[in-house]
Amino acid sequence: MLFDVGAPIADRKAPGGPIETRWDRRRFEARLVNPANRRRLTVIVVGTGLAGASAAATLGEAGYRVRSYCYQDSPRRAHSIAAQGGINAAKNYRNDGDSVHRLFYDTVKGGDFRSRESNVHRLAQVSVEIIDQCVAQGVPFAREYGGLLDNRSFGGAQVSRTFYARGQTGQQLLLGAYQALERQVAAGTVTMHARHEMLDLIVVDGRARGIVVRDLVTGEVTTELADAVVLATGGYGNVFFLSTNAKGCNVTATWRAHRRGALFANPCFTQIHPTCIPQSGPHQSKLTLMSESLRNDGRVWVPLRAGDDRAPGDIPEAERDYYLERMYPAFGNLVPRDIASRAAKNVCDEGRGIGDGVYLDFADAIVRLGRAAVEERYGNLFEMYQRITGEDPYEVPMRIYPAVHYTMGGLWVDYDLQSTIRGLFVIGEANFSDHGANRLGASALMQGLADGYFVLPNTINDYLADGPFPTVDPTNAEVVDALASVTERIERLLALKGDRTVDSFHRELGRIMWDHCGMERTDDGLRKAIGEIRSLREEFWARVRVPGDGVSLNQALERAGRVADFFELAELMCVDALHRTESCGGHFRAESQTPDGEALRDDGHFSYVAAWEWTGDVPVLHREDLEFEYVTPSQRSYK
Amino acid sequence: MNLTLRIWRQNGPDAKGRLVAYRVTDVSPDMSFLEVLDMLNERLTMEGAEPVAFDHDCREGICGACGVVINGVAHGPEKATTTCQLHMRHFRDGDTIDVEPWRARAFPVVKDLVVDRGALDRVIEAGGYVSAPTGSAPDAHALPVPKADADAAFEAATCIGCGACVAACPNGSAMLFTAAKVTHLGRLPQGQPERQSRVLDMVAAHDDAGFGGCTNTGECTAVCPKGIPLETIGQLNRDYLQASRRPARSRS
Amino acid sequence: MESSGPSVGDVVTVSAVRSTVGQKTLMAVSGILLVLFLVAHMIGNLKVFVGAGSFDHYAHWLRAIGAPLLPHSGYLWIQRAVLTAALVAHVWAATALALRARAARPVGYAHRRPVQGSYAARTMRWGGVIILLFAIYHVLDLTTGHLNPVGDRAHPYGNVVADFAPERWYVTLFYTLAVLAVGFHLRHGLFSAVRTLGQRTAAGEQRARLVALLASVGLCAGYLSVPFAVMVGLVG
Ligand SMILES: Cc1cc2nc3c(=O)[nH]c(=O)nc-3n(C[C@H](O)[C@H](O)[C@H](O)COP(=O)(O)OP(=O)(O)OC[C@H]3O[C@@H](n4cnc5c(N)ncnc54)[C@H](O)[C@@H]3O)c2cc1C
Ligand code: HEM
Ligand code: SF4
Ligand code: FES
Repeated sequence: MLFDVGAPIADRKAPGGPIETRWDRRRFEARLVNPANRRRLTVIVVGTGLAGASAAATLGEAGYRVRSYCYQDSPRRAHSIAAQGGINAAKNYRNDGDSVHRLFYDTVKGGDFRSRESNVHRLAQVSVEIIDQCVAQGVPFAREYGGLLDNRSFGGAQVSRTFYARGQTGQQLLLGAYQALERQVAAGTVTMHARHEMLDLIVVDGRARGIVVRDLVTGEVTTELADAVVLATGGYGNVFFLSTNAKGCNVTATWRAHRRGALFANPCFTQIHPTCIPQSGPHQSKLTLMSESLRNDGRVWVPLRAGDDRAPGDIPEAERDYYLERMYPAFGNLVPRDIASRAAKNVCDEGRGIGDGVYLDFADAIVRLGRAAVEERYGNLFEMYQRITGEDPYEVPMRIYPAVHYTMGGLWVDYDLQSTIRGLFVIGEANFSDHGANRLGASALMQGLADGYFVLPNTINDYLADGPFPTVDPTNAEVVDALASVTERIERLLALKGDRTVDSFHRELGRIMWDHCGMERTDDGLRKAIGEIRSLREEFWARVRVPGDGVSLNQALERAGRVADFFELAELMCVDALHRTESCGGHFRAESQTPDGEALRDDGHFSYVAAWEWTGDVPVLHREDLEFEYVTPSQRSYK
Repeated sequence: MNLTLRIWRQNGPDAKGRLVAYRVTDVSPDMSFLEVLDMLNERLTMEGAEPVAFDHDCREGICGACGVVINGVAHGPEKATTTCQLHMRHFRDGDTIDVEPWRARAFPVVKDLVVDRGALDRVIEAGGYVSAPTGSAPDAHALPVPKADADAAFEAATCIGCGACVAACPNGSAMLFTAAKVTHLGRLPQGQPERQSRVLDMVAAHDDAGFGGCTNTGECTAVCPKGIPLETIGQLNRDYLQASRRPARSRS
Repeated sequence: MESSGPSVGDVVTVSAVRSTVGQKTLMAVSGILLVLFLVAHMIGNLKVFVGAGSFDHYAHWLRAIGAPLLPHSGYLWIQRAVLTAALVAHVWAATALALRARAARPVGYAHRRPVQGSYAARTMRWGGVIILLFAIYHVLDLTTGHLNPVGDRAHPYGNVVADFAPERWYVTLFYTLAVLAVGFHLRHGLFSAVRTLGQRTAAGEQRARLVALLASVGLCAGYLSVPFAVMVGLVG
């Protein structure tokens, strides 16, 4: 038996009533904390991405004492910095029929009906305020000649609701949040601890009361105590080793919280982005995303014949297969991410790939629009491509291939963003999120900032209203135990002195996950993967070699700890993928497809959030049933 | 390709450092510079030696974490390119490449090629923001911004805070970094109320951190991966002079 | 700080001059004063080509400016005071910034950095020292006459001719070097001063750099023409 089934769970914080009024109701019902009391309440915020930085800044402004942590050398470098495309908001500045309700609807549908209506509706409502807030901070969104904000349509959306800042929306939004954070650091409400990694959660009397952190420079491991803990530690796409995530992205913080009792929801929901630069060799250390906008004008193709190794220019039109246009005449090259990704995988599996990739060809666009227009639209992306590959996309078609990009799964939270451990809140990509089984483009930034600026700072009050909680004695058994388990693990890793490097294990784990828990999953494959992961994990704990010591900067040691947690997560992902025998969103089970090869959802059996409990033995599944009052589940079709 | 890397090894902030030569073989021209270091580190680990510490995260040229001085040039020989985006096709077989950390008093070495750039955060902390507490914002369209200003602000806002400007500056000055933020916020209407205090406080924090003064030599722009223009420093100077002529607005 | 210590205005002025940007400003303003002097001085020098009478007359006229309001040589003393103050301020700021720069990089690079910016910019400090040494010598030579072979303060034309006599080639060489150093110094310095005072557009930068180049070439040509004319006997 790979898992047990436990009691169902429910989100008890979501208010009822008409959906538009729920957020107001919750805000009204949530208790407040007297400003004088806030100064006596300490909140730990782990992570300084969009979610963490915005939350820490806002809680600091509210008067709480905030302690903020990140593993990078500066909070400004959190992975959110890399987001390119844009951020959605239901401003309807274009008067093109957008509304809060439409963004809500699109998000629920885009998530393939695996998210909560109440949460998504709140997200759409708050989206509007995010743009106002960011503009007030000086975020330099793209503007038109009239001085007003520009919008574009993104990822196949039919309305233009995406706000952007050239190709670096994430960086500009994050700098806004980071600057707000630094303002609070100056004001003394936030203390910033960069180059600190959270390695465990401290739970005392059923409440999250602190964390164990390692100072990455001195190696010192300490316990940090507080009245509440917020995790904003991002996604776990790096379980695949190769992904578009920053190298340091990890699951450690959320995984350690999971082991301390927080349920982990929908771990198998991962998003694979279709337009990334393919791997160039075995040395490849990460993959680079190319903006989705390229599919607006580029045409995707592969040779008709398997094994055709002529140069692209030598392959005549008649011997090319523009497979997206052929299979999806209505949407063509603009089909959603999951569909485009899987189609690329299929043609490559047929042996028609170009190495590990397919062509994205701009030759037609250059003829149709002229080189200058293409340059104007995509010049910087072409440059980036050329810098990495050494090939000129004006001359030779680009090569692209799907890569792991985003993880919809994460720690389970209620409407208040509180996990199943009291006092532990989870925001941003780290929670199981509002994106269901598939995230729409430009919605992760929206969710991170919604959580951090507007949702958490309101909902956390209700919890903190009971505080300050009794002071935790550092000699308390739970604290001592957490500290001891962290130091023991570090010592164990250092003592192994085996004969394989951390990276070699990580690569191998990634390969297993990509092959069996990637774009297409099967019962057989997943079972095989679970076996392989287990034996590789055993091997890791016997043979890994971590050089250096624990009392100074030791990057191999940092990675070893992260990879150790990825092993455990990987297994749960496979179990989750195995139990969900339907296809939905980013999760494609080969056994569940329509006659023409499209994903087939099974609402009768799987309209729920799968929240997993850690037991130390087999994981226990708790189902949270999803109800749809406002959007009726329907099968997606892009033919 | 086969290369010799001479890498600065330094065990800790107070330890003495030195350049150590390593041969690396079978380097593919498609590798990034950091992937060569990865490869070397895999080997060193297996040989029982300590791998080389270096900072990196996004490996996409946007987080600003990476950065080493390669043959005397911050971020290496390619213009407008971070170290993580530098590929080995720009080197020749047999090359000897010197790799050193950013050198500045304000950036003490943590280990090997890793330095502490916290001073840049302190410059921002001193005033590199607009005070707009969450929830206080008017509608985003309440304040149109002329496109020219928006574009100029954007150009300055692209700074990734890597610190290459400091590493390259003969004076060890972080003025380009500081000016980029002053210009970004100063060109926007949102940044006006605090424009004067911002520039005074940020320059004061810059000087306090132990950075040198700018002498407009332009070494910074030449290595800046985002091509932050030297004009931003002119903007900073102008704002600074204006702010100093008026009654004090510094908050600190 | 606003509640304690000196009045608010003082705080800023003092801190402004202590700041690196303030020191740069001081350098720019004093530098520009020195440049204005160099221009006036060059025009005067060029009178050498008109003849001994004109040149000596110019020297006497300088002493008479402002008469009878000012005493004899009064203007000259004011100018000297201003120039000295400017030079002191300039050299003080340059030294302060140079010391700061050295402190800002206690450990240098093992691999010497190839220059990415401009050479003129990178030689400001040594160039400045050459200029300073020369300025001191120059004053002792042609102003006070102590180091001049003739040293007749009433007839500067003769002093000049004596200075650059062909057998005293080393004086001419030193002079030439110093003038070239000034040229280099101003090629970057003029642009730098404008930037320091707030020039902030790309087009303006191009213009400033061009003006700086032309001005430096012009000044060099003007100043060098005198000794070479003497050397080849055009003036004598
Ligand atoms: C290449 C790329 C492009 C993208 N483009 C878009 C886009 O255009 N639009 C969009 O909406 N979304 C986009 N996304 C997704 C989006 O960027 C992320 O989902 C989002 O930024 C996540 O933000 P976050 O605040 O939750 O976490 P992150 O930004 O990942 O921040 C995590 C933080 O947690 C800290 N941390 C992690 N673990 C620990 C630990 N153990 N101890 C201490 N600190 C820890 C880190 O230091 C960091 O500060 C993109 C993603 C990628 C990879
Ligand atoms: C004829 C005399 C001189 C003139 C006309 C002159 C002019 C200038 C000008 C216009 C500047 C630009 C100011 C700025 O950066 O904003 C400058 C800079 C400078 N000057 Fe001078 N100067 C003279 C003599 C000297 C002397 C005697 C020294 C040193 C001993 C000196 C050292 C410097 C230095 C170090 C700089 C700054 C370098 C830089 O900005 O990169 N100068 N000078
Ligand atoms: S100005 Fe350029 S070199 Fe300096 S920190 Fe910013 S991006 Fe890096
Ligand atoms: S690693 Fe992020 S900029 Fe190089």
